[in-house]
Amino acid sequence: MKLRTDFPLLANYPGLHYLDSAATSQKPQVVLDALRDFYETANANPHRGAYSLSVRATECYHQARVRIAQFLGVRDSDCLIFTRGTTEGLNLVAESWGFANVSSGDEIVVTALDHHANFVPWQVLAMRKGAKFRICELTPDGKIDLDFLSAMLNKRTKVVAFNHVSNAIGTINPVAEIGRLVREKTDAILVCDGAQSAPHFPVSFDSLGVDFYAFSGHKMLGPMGIGGLIGKREMLEEIPPYQTGGDMIEFVHDDRTTWNVLPHKFEAGTPNAANAVGLAAAVDYLDGIGMDRVIAHERSLMSIAQKQLAAIDGIQIYGPPAAERSGVISFTMSDVHPHDLATILDGEGVCIRAGHHCAQPLMRRLDVPATARASFYVYNDESDIDALVAGIIKAREIFAYVET
Amino acid sequence: MSAEVSALYQEMILDHYRRPRNKGTLENADASVEMKNPLCGDEIGLQVTFDGDAVRDLRFSGRGCSISLASASMMTQLVKGKGRDEIDAIRSQFRDLMLGVASGADESRLGALRALSGVARFPARVKCALLAWNALESALNGHTP
Ligand SMILES: Cc1ncc(COP(=O)(O)O)c(C=O)c1O
Repeated sequence: MKLRTDFPLLANYPGLHYLDSAATSQKPQVVLDALRDFYETANANPHRGAYSLSVRATECYHQARVRIAQFLGVRDSDCLIFTRGTTEGLNLVAESWGFANVSSGDEIVVTALDHHANFVPWQVLAMRKGAKFRICELTPDGKIDLDFLSAMLNKRTKVVAFNHVSNAIGTINPVAEIGRLVREKTDAILVCDGAQSAPHFPVSFDSLGVDFYAFSGHKMLGPMGIGGLIGKREMLEEIPPYQTGGDMIEFVHDDRTTWNVLPHKFEAGTPNAANAVGLAAAVDYLDGIGMDRVIAHERSLMSIAQKQLAAIDGIQIYGPPAAERSGVISFTMSDVHPHDLATILDGEGVCIRAGHHCAQPLMRRLDVPATARASFYVYNDESDIDALVAGIIKAREIFAYVET
Repeated sequence: MSAEVSALYQEMILDHYRRPRNKGTLENADASVEMKNPLCGDEIGLQVTFDGDAVRDLRFSGRGCSISLASASMMTQLVKGKGRDEIDAIRSQFRDLMLGVASGADESRLGALRALSGVARFPARVKCALLAWNALESALNGHTP
């Protein structure tokens, strides 16, 4: 794939090797154009004006929802709630569903692989409700330990939250198997953090078998500040709103208020219509490539990177074998701290992430304070891997690593 | 390699990183502080014994990047035996150096710490260099001579 020229930022920095798409992706021209076009031709407050410009804004916003729902395999597009991103989507579930349905003595399960965004809201909910917060442990190669999970499930389990793909080490989790185990043994809801799956391979919510799925637009070539939560209609209708205010109401009486229908019930205030339109343009762009090709491209880069990095003395790679990961390679090199590595790579124009990747529980289990992480997307190619490897070797020279 | 990166990783820094001075723990410490950098998970433990308001001895432990550990190691060498006022002056001068604030003060009293001056060009790393100093400040504040 030769897509680099579609991305203005990458075109602006010809020597830049952007390997941090798991944190956020770059944006293609078509997305920037869609944002600009909305503001230049359709901008008005959606849902609020009787005049035709407002109707046009409303229609753009609605069409964006339909388009993104189609991309993620949601037939009932009103079940896609726009949020600021994954974090807000998961907090919505913990707050609205959790507050109404979890009580003292119940159990909430997350995994040691989860991002803080799918860990802390549940921990806080459990503390507030007097529920038990339980963490599913991992296999030595960084996958959810299904035997462990199975053994911890019981009739008091109310929530099982997990990520589809780990941002920290790239593990792709077996959603169907997890779903089967959970359905067999519990009446719990399944909450899937899709921040790292929606951008990278085909996802169909309707056949995924989970109750809620959250994602972030900025990780899938879309703008920052827009993402979504998809839920089953009966659950979304049953649970209370997350925030209250304009747009989400039906009637406001002096003494009580009734709620608007889905999706508006969960979208209080002026929506981020422009960014929804931008995200719709991003999914058009991704579909233009084909999600099967996106993952195939990442896989081929991954296998090259894996081979080259593994050949460097002192490199340790975390997580499952390369063939079972998404386009994420998380590693450390002997006693060169990931931050030093990232600084030296930065000097070579290579952007990687160094740190705990918002997964401190996982870092503790890997027994490292931090790892270095390179992640791939559609605009990367072999030259990015070459630059990464050259930078790592430079870091090794600076630190004059001698094997002991 | 970029000039900034070579200026950052001076031999002195790598030497302190590889062969940290005053690493370990102190028995009968008067003050004991743990500090973490939540952004990167680096952590430092600092133990200090006092003589009046002067630091008689100190040791550090923990894990972190070359900048944070070298800074800790150099700091322990520099402040040992010094009184509170002098340490405060050094600390504030070092902070200025890290934040790129020209203090106009004589830098010679920073001694080996001047090797860390390249950090100022890397805003993301300044907090690494200051971690040990924040721990020391906390230890000093907790101590009433
Ligand atoms: C797996 C995972 N979950 C949740 C999040 C949070 O996403 P956001 O910051 O867009 O809300 C991220 C990204 O940072 C992630 O990688």
